[in-house]
Amino acid sequence: MPSIKIYTTPTCPYCIRVKDYLKEKNVSFESVDVSSDEAGLQEMIKVSGQMGVPVVKIDGDIIVGFDKARIDEKLGC
Amino acid sequence: MLDLIIVGAGPAGITAAVYAARKRMDFLVVTEDIGGQTALSADVENYTGYQFITGQELAEKFEEHLKQFDVQLKRDEAVQRIEKAPRGSFIVHSKNGSYEARAVIVASGRRPRWLDVKGEAELRNKGVTYCATCDGPIFLKKTVAVIGGGNSALDATLQMMNIAAKIYLINLNPSLGGDPIMREKIQASGKVEVLNSATTLEVLGAKFVEGLRIEQAGRMRDLAVQGVFVEIGSVPNSDIVDFVAKNEAREIIVDNLNRTDVPGIFTAGDVTDVPEKQIIVAAGEGAKSVLGAFRYLSQIS
Repeated sequence: MPSIKIYTTPTCPYCIRVKDYLKEKNVSFESVDVSSDEAGLQEMIKVSGQMGVPVVKIDGDIIVGFDKARIDEKLGC
Repeated sequence: MLDLIIVGAGPAGITAAVYAARKRMDFLVVTEDIGGQTALSADVENYTGYQFITGQELAEKFEEHLKQFDVQLKRDEAVQRIEKAPRGSFIVHSKNGSYEARAVIVASGRRPRWLDVKGEAELRNKGVTYCATCDGPIFLKKTVAVIGGGNSALDATLQMMNIAAKIYLINLNPSLGGDPIMREKIQASGKVEVLNSATTLEVLGAKFVEGLRIEQAGRMRDLAVQGVFVEIGSVPNSDIVDFVAKNEAREIIVDNLNRTDVPGIFTAGDVTDVPEKQIIVAAGEGAKSVLGAFRYLSQIS
């Protein structure tokens, strides 16, 4: 199983969609709420080079936004 | 060939799809997202039946309603172009495919208007944002600028009052527009500095937003901010169809039966020249458009 971490805020619609999508795929993931976790926010900015949410980190790969095609590609399904 | 393609799945497109499903039409919905601008709205207090609902929740209700039916839905497929085909039909091209139908409802909505200043494109998602609901929480205890003077700017400012340390509200006009109830809350907060008759010249920053250069009364001034919220209205997503009549604002001109000047192309919601851009108006227009399309299809066959 790949290690998946997603950086989100509670109010962003695409964050909710990306979480729903991963649940649909039955993959487990770690979720970081960057609106309350300052260290998590800094980490997100560092790894993605930008401030938009959601950011999906699959192993070493960074996907900004809800990009279904790239998530599928990295998950190999 | 399909009877109908609905382009977009905001309140207009989804309502059209619900009606089309109940009429057992052979149709397809092609859309970039579900909910459109509704999903990005903060609090909705004027959609009949809900005294209070967030835009996100209302968009989820729309989606649930749509999923009651076995609807062919192409999601994450932004439509790029609609083309006239021989035989009086139409071809809808998205990044993933092309689909043909005898009628099309264009319900592609609107997108935020850009400032069109230096630094804006370069620092997009690096402090420049067009969605306070989405990105607002990232600017906890930071100093931000909201640009605009209408209800959407006031709404973004109200959202940020609970999050940011300080907010500059940069208004091009001599006084703020929008609803008095919102203006009063902003003026009472003590956190917001309203700069009237102020023009934005440039977004400053190397890797991320560091400031905003404005001009006020002939004087240039740099404000130190970490976030810039652009709330200066929106533009219609009407470029995808180049053969229908539009007004000066590039909105598609629609008659009271939701027809364009091209038989078979119908339109509904915020992409049209219908004056009130409201969720409930868009939903109603969506219903009208599909009933119009249904009537048209029964006449041509």
